[in-house]
Amino acid sequence: MEKMKVLAEWTYVPAKPFRGYTGKTLKVNVGDRTFESKDVSEEVKEKFTGGRGFGLKLLWDSVKDTTRWDDPENEIVISGGPLCGVTQYPGMGKFYAVFVSPLTDQTYDSNAGGHFGPLLKFAGFDAIEVQGKAEKDVIVLVDADEGKVQILESPFDDVNAYTVTEALHEYYGDPGDINDRRFISVVTAGKGAETSYWGCLNSSFWDSHRKLPRLKQAGRGGGGTILRDKKIAALVVKTHDLTGTANNPADLDTLTRLGAKLHKEIITLDAKQCRMRTAGTSHLNEIMNEYHLLPTMNYKFGQHPDAGKIHSTVYEKMFTQGIADGCWYGCTMACAKAVDGYTLKTGPWKGRKITVDGPEYETAAGMGPNVGVFDPEWTTEVNFYADHYGLDTISLGTGIAFVCECFELGLINKEDTNGLDLNFGNKDDIMELLHRLGEGKDEFALMVGKGIHRMKDLFADHFGADLDVMERIGMEGQGIEVSEYVPKESIAQWGGYFLTLKGPQHDEAWLIFMDRVNKQLPTFEDKAEALHYFPNFRTWFSLTGVCKLPWNDIEPADNATSYPPQEAAKVPEHVQNYVEVFNAVTGKNIDKEELILQSERVYNFQRVFQLRLGKGTRKYHNIPDRALGPVWADEWEAREEYYDNELKAIGVDPAGLSSQQKCDQLLKKRREQWEELVDAVYKRRGWDKNGIPTAEKLKALGMDLPEVLATVEKYAKPEDQW
Amino acid sequence: MRNTRNRKTSGKSRIMIFVNGEPMEWEEGMTVRDIIDVKKYVFPLLAVWVDQVPVPRGEFGDTPVPDGSNVQIIHMISGG
Repeated sequence: MEKMKVLAEWTYVPAKPFRGYTGKTLKVNVGDRTFESKDVSEEVKEKFTGGRGFGLKLLWDSVKDTTRWDDPENEIVISGGPLCGVTQYPGMGKFYAVFVSPLTDQTYDSNAGGHFGPLLKFAGFDAIEVQGKAEKDVIVLVDADEGKVQILESPFDDVNAYTVTEALHEYYGDPGDINDRRFISVVTAGKGAETSYWGCLNSSFWDSHRKLPRLKQAGRGGGGTILRDKKIAALVVKTHDLTGTANNPADLDTLTRLGAKLHKEIITLDAKQCRMRTAGTSHLNEIMNEYHLLPTMNYKFGQHPDAGKIHSTVYEKMFTQGIADGCWYGCTMACAKAVDGYTLKTGPWKGRKITVDGPEYETAAGMGPNVGVFDPEWTTEVNFYADHYGLDTISLGTGIAFVCECFELGLINKEDTNGLDLNFGNKDDIMELLHRLGEGKDEFALMVGKGIHRMKDLFADHFGADLDVMERIGMEGQGIEVSEYVPKESIAQWGGYFLTLKGPQHDEAWLIFMDRVNKQLPTFEDKAEALHYFPNFRTWFSLTGVCKLPWNDIEPADNATSYPPQEAAKVPEHVQNYVEVFNAVTGKNIDKEELILQSERVYNFQRVFQLRLGKGTRKYHNIPDRALGPVWADEWEAREEYYDNELKAIGVDPAGLSSQQKCDQLLKKRREQWEELVDAVYKRRGWDKNGIPTAEKLKALGMDLPEVLATVEKYAKPEDQW
Repeated sequence: MRNTRNRKTSGKSRIMIFVNGEPMEWEEGMTVRDIIDVKKYVFPLLAVWVDQVPVPRGEFGDTPVPDGSNVQIIHMISGG
């Protein structure tokens, strides 16, 4: 690669992390080529903790009420949080990207592993804000070794992720030592991110065993679309200041002790529990199928006779075993599995032998059963190209599943799709659609890439498709596609998906077992309590830079026998570990109640932020029929006895009713239950009837900042108070 | 491991136990493992209480479930 031209440069002295924070953030405007460093005040740490909290605070200060995703003032803010970069305890290398989303027109937060978050902090910054729009493609470099931040002219004609990432690791690494490339991390998107709203952010880490860069994704919400809209080909961070104690924790002994305990637990118990170390998250494939939760053919069904073909043992054989597969140092969970030596069968790199990360459960289910395909090799190829093109595999899977059902219902036809036969299971044509999305030229692919929310209107306008039918079967909420679990049989999970801050993603609450199988949440108040606790507990991971998986995908041997059922589900020992890890790093003294309060502050701030952007009220917490229950007769008939009993349970005699009439009756009742759930959840969260946090709630949390209260006062109405 | 499908059911079947609050037929000699098999609970992180007494995971096959028991079989995944 030829030497890149520097367009602008700023020098700095990297701040060393102290107790998890550097106390500095960096702002780069690629439009006017300016740089700025800001101090992080103690008040900001107290109220926003870090990670997603810092991202939201910085974004709030930078955008207007009217800002939309493609406005130059919109930002991508990337922040790891105070625990990000810890190597003693597993799963502490995450960053959170925050931005105004092209899909939802409100704030979104999306996380990724890889080394960018930790290296950014060790390069001197708790967060980086990227703002503005460049005229031509640029690279942004944060180089702590040289104490400089640069905007460089991008040399890449091909902006796809693997092309750019491999080249930049090589360019910035020591030519005499290939593993010097581990001191570099690159964030990219890809060509598909430019023309779709499904753009993901790929975050790299150098795999010293395989001697190549690997990619983890902040997949959701369209962050990659914004990166490309700003004409940024890559963000690069480089620092050799990388040690196991670079966070400069307050109490290293405690941190080491807690980490050693969990390492031992994982190594001893994982093989008997979830097999994350050998199968990654693919162990969920067969479990979800058994419980009717595996999304199959646009969530019509939750189970399929061919599911054995995607069993985790099949993926386990494809994944290379015996290599440390953590996406950050010190993670013994090591679930970042990879398929090595895979020869691509299609697309621009056809015939090339590659290593591809995953597929993880979401990809295996979404670009698998949900589009009617049960072929792990095909899904692996999709996974590679989706990452390469910079496309979120979850929105891709759910979005194409919707397209397939529209095709099968005759709402769109082969002429509309420009020759593609998009019946469920048609692997060749679905793969071709992916390549057209990656290329970004085909008119139909361009419509698809705008997401289900917009596809509904586009299909109606361009092809005369029935809008009402599409509203019923389109699995999206707040503008973004549902992730890969069938929610229709769990009232609590309706909320877990559709009463979220940013749309239906499983990172707030996954309550299906608690609700439907364990029967632990019998009343609406019980469900509301779970929809208070778990979203807030999960939010905490996003504030601190922590991966969720070591929380409850492994559990202490005596967890199930040491606590009553309701408590055991929270894995109390691991919660206490997080409290102590936080204290050991930061020197603070929180307890598990304060942990939830830290989250609640940011959770409610983000809700008000959505309000400020014109969203964040009850009407945006909508749910499609397909998420509530069976829409068509064949869905009912696939589980006739089960659904007939559901109908009887609400006092309706199924005798004499057609399957379609039964569907309609059940959906009518479930729609009423949905409204009841919304009321219960809003009350528990301290929100009014319209879903707006009350001033009292904000005051109680210490989030009664003048601009926050002013926003609430602008929208809150007396008639919406309880 | 017991195989409930092949097991002789000489005694009269009755709805005599509750599993996660729902009635289930009880049979002579029934163990925790039998219930898990009948219910097709394949999730590995199960926690079981029989009449509020926890049952270690390694003892599911050896733990009898008395007539009239209240059994909780909790799938230990929650919150995502």
